Amino acid sequence: MTDAAPALDVRGLSVRFRMPGGRYVAAVSDASFRLAPGSCLALVGESGCGKSVLASALLGLLPGNADTAGSAVLPDGLDLLGAGEAVLARTVRGRRIGLVPQSPAAHLTPVRTIRSHLEEAVRELAHPSASAAARGRRAAREAVRAAAERAAERAAFPASHLDRYPHELSGGLAQRAATALALIGDAPLLLADEPTTGLDRELVHRTVDELRAHTRDAGRALLMITHDLAAAHRIADTVAVMYAGRIVETSPADAFFGRPGPRHPYARGLLDALPERAFVPIPGAPPELGALPPGCAFAARCPDADARCRTELPAPASGVACHHA
Amino acid sequence: MLELRDITAGYERRRPVVEGASLILRPGESLGLLGPSGCGKSTLARVAALLHRPDRGTVTVDGRTATGFRHRAPRSLRTAVGVVFQQPRLAADPRMRLRDLVAEPLRATGRRAEAAAAVAGLAERVGLGADLLDRRPHEVSDGQLQRACLARALVLRPRWLVCDEMTAMLDASTTAALVGVVEEYRADTGAGLLAVGHDPVLLRRWCDRTAHWKEITGPP
Ligand code: SF4
Repeated sequence: MTDAAPALDVRGLSVRFRMPGGRYVAAVSDASFRLAPGSCLALVGESGCGKSVLASALLGLLPGNADTAGSAVLPDGLDLLGAGEAVLARTVRGRRIGLVPQSPAAHLTPVRTIRSHLEEAVRELAHPSASAAARGRRAAREAVRAAAERAAERAAFPASHLDRYPHELSGGLAQRAATALALIGDAPLLLADEPTTGLDRELVHRTVDELRAHTRDAGRALLMITHDLAAAHRIADTVAVMYAGRIVETSPADAFFGRPGPRHPYARGLLDALPERAFVPIPGAPPELGALPPGCAFAARCPDADARCRTELPAPASGVACHHA
Repeated sequence: MLELRDITAGYERRRPVVEGASLILRPGESLGLLGPSGCGKSTLARVAALLHRPDRGTVTVDGRTATGFRHRAPRSLRTAVGVVFQQPRLAADPRMRLRDLVAEPLRATGRRAEAAAAVAGLAERVGLGADLLDRRPHEVSDGQLQRACLARALVLRPRWLVCDEMTAMLDASTTAALVGVVEEYRADTGAGLLAVGHDPVLLRRWCDRTAHWKEITGPP
């Protein structure tokens, strides 16, 4: 940990969805983590575990039936959970938090070229034209064009492809275009939501290496949400494992993937399921977030569960929430 | 045998995404086909599943050469090959309950009467709780929906399975679980498998042998 204020300080974040009939779905419960400037935290878990809901909560993109609790504070003290939509839209999304989306090809507008996407983002976020504007419209236009080209270059997006449309790009180039867009606002925090889904291994490596370069070296923090443990291994300083809406283990990445390995039985099971390890699935299925059991949510699948596990929720202690870790 | 011979296929005239691809699977064999994203391997998987008509080349399933593709494929051939895609959300009718989704191929082949028993058995096999069967796709996770799509692919007890990046969206445990279901089915029935993907570690662990895209396609 550095002594600088964390790039993001999440405390007790909970998200509940109100459902018809007075029911609740507890999508995220009491999540806490801190992200130091220049560091990367990978939030891993299976689909439906709440990790994407957590990301949406940070960006203020939850649907109307969501209730949130807790806090998620940026270095200047702004609490993302308390901020209104106007503040988030005007000052946070793209400016203080850059978003690297899942499936960039779907995120980019199909009828516009990459150049046009980048220039629009520059006009909206970077204002390079303020001084140039004084020298006339033409100078302003050129300043935008130059800034867009610089943004492309930063993300290693080839200038020769700037006038192409999203569908004319390979998966790797589409990902770079999305990264270039995410970097334009020069946000100190990047949030990458499943940035490697559907990419082949080589491209996964390149994408995460590039993300890494844009963060550690540039002093930016990166929160990466992923189900891809290999990608997390390659990029993360810290791994947080989510299960049934809770962070059940937070660990330095080298200890988690190497020795001594994960401490929470779910996290152990997840690693053991990898084809390069035992390739054995965790038996059973996660509980419904709308009908969580009273004790540990993993108890029904856990080889170490006992009576206490079934009745008493394990509180996180030194990075792991398990009665028997 | 499942035999693809000299397949050229694409979506626009004169811009094929697959050129001169050939491969042979012996009965019961599993082949992992590796290739980078965008190389055309998904298109080849669709051809193998008789869902896409190639511009050139032939597909032969257990000695019968396909004369039609998609709805023109003869029923006995179409039902010999089950297929699972990468993105369950694109492969599932959002209005259908999972129960009906799994049973759909039975209904389409006039075997509606078998649906209840077949769905119950398969749901258990793929690890889909009974409560989930009454949900629609948007009410379940990607992993749960993919389990249903795998059950659908198995419901006609095909002699061949084509899995196109079946686990690319899934976490490690669900991946291992679904691969386990496929292998259990193959052990029971002797079905063969073409698994298309981009992860060499996974495909080498899963399949009898792997081939790289470059090895099965013709010279450009
Ligand atoms: S608290 Fe008990 S049931 Fe939960 S993970 Fe730990 S040992 Fe297993």
